[in-house]
Amino acid sequence: MPKLPTPKIPDFVVPPPLRKPPKPGTDGRKGQAPADLKSSPPPSRTHVDRFEDQAKDAPADVLAWVDQRTGATGFLTGMLYRKVPKGTNWFYTLGSATLFAFIVQAVTGVFLAMFYTPSATQAYASISHINNDVPLGQFVHGMHKWGASVMVILIFVHMGRTFFFGAYKYPRELNWVIGVVLLILTMTMAFTGYLLPFDQRSYWASIVGININGTGPIVGPYLSDFLRAGPELGATTLARFYAIHMLLLPGAIIALIGAHLYLVVKLGTTAPPWVKAEKPKIAEPVAQLDASATGNGAGPSSNGMRG
Amino acid sequence: MNGAEEAPQQRVQPDPPGYFEGESMTRRRAFTIAAQGLGGIAGAAIILPAVGFAVAPIFHRGKERWEAVGPTSDFVEDTYRQVVFTETEGIGDAGKTIAYVRKSSKDLEEEPGKYVAVSNRCAHLGCPVRFVEAAGNFICPCHGGVYDFQGKRIGGPPVRPLDQFQTRVRNGQVEVGPRFSVTNQMEPVRARDPGEFTGGIWEYLYPPRPSTFPPP
Repeated sequence: MPKLPTPKIPDFVVPPPLRKPPKPGTDGRKGQAPADLKSSPPPSRTHVDRFEDQAKDAPADVLAWVDQRTGATGFLTGMLYRKVPKGTNWFYTLGSATLFAFIVQAVTGVFLAMFYTPSATQAYASISHINNDVPLGQFVHGMHKWGASVMVILIFVHMGRTFFFGAYKYPRELNWVIGVVLLILTMTMAFTGYLLPFDQRSYWASIVGININGTGPIVGPYLSDFLRAGPELGATTLARFYAIHMLLLPGAIIALIGAHLYLVVKLGTTAPPWVKAEKPKIAEPVAQLDASATGNGAGPSSNGMRG
Repeated sequence: MNGAEEAPQQRVQPDPPGYFEGESMTRRRAFTIAAQGLGGIAGAAIILPAVGFAVAPIFHRGKERWEAVGPTSDFVEDTYRQVVFTETEGIGDAGKTIAYVRKSSKDLEEEPGKYVAVSNRCAHLGCPVRFVEAAGNFICPCHGGVYDFQGKRIGGPPVRPLDQFQTRVRNGQVEVGPRFSVTNQMEPVRARDPGEFTGGIWEYLYPPRPSTFPPP
């Protein structure tokens, strides 16, 4: 297998000691003819030249300062330049698409919360206000409303991709489990968000949803009392759904997405099932085998999380 | 713990490093247990009240609420009159519900002089049912549940008869009170949520909730 070139890191973020030395015969500056060392002395450096050099090094210096204190570049280059198996294709973007849908929900949700009133008597009026009076309010509300459906659809398609590509198998079972928990949390998010506009559809959909919960034997009746915060859907129900929708679940989802991504980077991705594993050449030492090319990214040489 | 002079005879092997004479655990272990225990107590002190606060409404029963819905002369034996009253306070119109009220009927062998208030909440999933005068039935628009004149299920997916409200007469006015459910034999039981069976073993599989009122 041909070795791929190392990705190019922009010159201006590389600290001067690690930079490629200038070509012999030049002093590294553009627009100047090579100095004739024999006939004339090298041009003296003015304070403007020194300032130019410092300005050129500034981005690298700032990054070096942060890196020295965090080790971030090792982590980031390991994560962003990690190897992916042969055959990686558009189906592999579904997880990122789901993440993007979540980010849309988080951002639009924060701005909707600036105008929304989680009170049973004012919720409907505040949503009407968002839709009818606030500039771009209907657009942001619409993004949140339709984005919720998009996220649920994408999460299922992503799950289907994982299932049909066999990407849930060893060593990625735990990531499947985390993904299922994320699916459940997303469905709970959709359910609790449904009540918040407090219109007829929200009200009856929540009544039906809570009653379906209640049909579970033994715990069901208590579960529906817990969801409603009482025997009937009331003011506390809306406050409770709002708190779950906006505080409890987003935190849990963000934490689990972090764990999900960590495991994706740590374990690597699988090759599609139609890509055959390459037979390792006996002549090559084991340490130089590229584990990601065999469809098993868990090998030691493709581990991108060492930073 | 025996006296210090007995210890040398009992001890077969010297104490392992980290143990002081007569001690049953290392100090490191003792401090680990103590620190974890204190952390656990501190965590419980935060978590338990918060969780209790969230689940407390399960065990809380609100105040019994009665509301007059009209003079006794408004209600007859052979048909229902629709009344609207507040079941949940503090949420405006969303807290209102509908009951179909009539006088108890001799033909149906009901106790005379009482009033029957049938809830419009379908026993399937809680959609609002409507009394259809021509058919003498309650019909649910969502999934086609049908109930007879008394509220007994005669078709569709509902699992039990329609709920009822307690009634009483005060100052010539019919008042409706707390909700209760009925079994298929029309015996009153504590209010159940829609979708939950009543009577027989179901009384244990769908236990009565502490937040509901005892049946009449």
